[in-house]
Amino acid sequence: MTDQAIARRLPVRRGLADRLNLSPQARDNVAGFLFISPWLIHFFMLILFAMISSLGISFLKTDLLTGYKFVGLRNYQSMFDDELFWKAMTITAYYTFTMVPCGTIMALSIALLLNQDIKGLGFWRMVYYLPSVVSGVAVAILWGWVLNPRFGLLNQGLAMIGIPGPRWMYDEIWAVPGFIMMGLWGAGGAMLLYLAGLQGIPTALYEAAKIDGANAWHRFWHVTIPMLTPTIFFNLLMNIIGSFQVFTQSYIMTSGGPNNATLTMVLYLYRKGFEDFKFGYASAIAWALFAIIFVFTIMVVRTSDAWVYYEGKLK
Amino acid sequence: MAEMGQRPALLKGQALDWQMVFYKAVHVVGRILLYGILLVGAVVFAMPFIWMFRSSFMPKHLVYNVPIIWIPPRFGLEHYIEPWKSLPFPIFYRNTIFITFMNIIGLVLSSSLVAFGFARIRFWGRDWIFLLLLSTMMLPFQVTMIPIYLFWSRLGAVNTFWPLIVPEWLTNAYNVFLLRQFFMTISPDLDDAARIDGCGWFGIYSRIIVPLSKPALGVIAIQAFAWNWNNFMAPLIYLNEPRNYTIALGLRMFSIGPAGHAVTRYTMADVMAMTIIALIPCLIVFFWAQKRFIQGIVITGVKG
Repeated sequence: MTDQAIARRLPVRRGLADRLNLSPQARDNVAGFLFISPWLIHFFMLILFAMISSLGISFLKTDLLTGYKFVGLRNYQSMFDDELFWKAMTITAYYTFTMVPCGTIMALSIALLLNQDIKGLGFWRMVYYLPSVVSGVAVAILWGWVLNPRFGLLNQGLAMIGIPGPRWMYDEIWAVPGFIMMGLWGAGGAMLLYLAGLQGIPTALYEAAKIDGANAWHRFWHVTIPMLTPTIFFNLLMNIIGSFQVFTQSYIMTSGGPNNATLTMVLYLYRKGFEDFKFGYASAIAWALFAIIFVFTIMVVRTSDAWVYYEGKLK
Repeated sequence: MAEMGQRPALLKGQALDWQMVFYKAVHVVGRILLYGILLVGAVVFAMPFIWMFRSSFMPKHLVYNVPIIWIPPRFGLEHYIEPWKSLPFPIFYRNTIFITFMNIIGLVLSSSLVAFGFARIRFWGRDWIFLLLLSTMMLPFQVTMIPIYLFWSRLGAVNTFWPLIVPEWLTNAYNVFLLRQFFMTISPDLDDAARIDGCGWFGIYSRIIVPLSKPALGVIAIQAFAWNWNNFMAPLIYLNEPRNYTIALGLRMFSIGPAGHAVTRYTMADVMAMTIIALIPCLIVFFWAQKRFIQGIVITGVKG
């Protein structure tokens, strides 16, 4: 038996568990549930209740004030004939499938650059991180200016090199790319996570690789990237979940226009609920979105066994 | 670039000196490229800020001038002084600082405990519960916020800080998932060593995992700071009296119209000035925390 195997069999230290005479697995069950209990309390106290309520509401026709009527699956059925719903879905998918790869590559590249031995590291990191902490309203004002067709920064810059810039937020084709640029500007948040991930790679691995004759490229590809895959996996999933729920930009900056070119799923359900007072339909859309995100999440989670490397994976 | 690390500088042959020169040259070019890319990127990222900064000192009729005026003709402080005097910002600051620091403590504690459970202990139903945890992030909060509001109002907690603080002390899916990912990169051999030395699960958590996860915990704290400092939605829903307002809500009192134009007597420049004042603590915290947590190199005793 190896040391590790012996160690695994050693009892977790004395205490209540011993007096109850539990098997090692039962003890781990108790320990596990104790450790996750804060979240379990949160879940059973608040989240579960809210989720079940919204699911229940999705089978009703209600404005949440004057009464309700049970309509079964009618809310879900009407989605299929709702042109605006499909438009919102297309726009959201377009945003998500552009934003996720671009955002991931952008954040990762910045983090790799800022993990070098450079002068004024703190300053550089701050400049790149800063955009991600500006609050929503200020971002909207800043980008309202940057993307302004007439006096905006971007079009004035483009004019200097002789390119007539598009009308961005006022143009059906260019509005979503404008949002994507805004999103990429906030890549600093994900960058921070990659930086932390890079810090967590034991230097011993690099030394071992060097001794084995690996050059800088090999070390990057066979040490840095595999050790970073848990962080990449995290960012990928969060990016998917977050991008499908994109809302604030459309809500503040364009109100979904022009001609609904920036109508995202969440903005659409928000309108249905809080402007048209069709909370049943709004909840149904939310649950449809939930299902879509869930499917993509499961797909990523399923493939993760093949490409995510955990040093501390439980055998 | 790729060749740099491969050849040790042990080549003693005098005839081969040119090779060293070559590597030196590659190195220098690489550095210049690196700084060049960083500089261009930083200018692009910082441009809107520079604009914001100078707008806050500028007479309001010049803010949207074409071509852009980068240096104000005179630096005026009126956009800082006027709004500061007209609203009780010190109270907003006090509230925000209180909520933010309470939440950082609660969040770091609770999410590290929960993440440890998911990352390290094999317990019944763990993977399913984890999937459940992930799924709680997938429902847009716009549909759950009404039931949650009703919950807190039944408890009579509207207009108190409880609805803002309790959920953070009970952690959330984002932070648990994030920390779990970091904890899972730490070698389990360390757990075994600790167990031989007589540690229980809590000992492994507090003596092995937490000390080795400083960068990740630092990131959680930085993000929790920025998130709570700027959080707008929850304070908007739960805090209705100005004496309870946070900075984000205070800024909202400047009332911004759809296209980003101020519609009250406050101007764009006022909003910019107040945004900068709200932003400064975030900067200080980030600058300090990144030095403290993510600059040092983690060295573990166990080789891969």
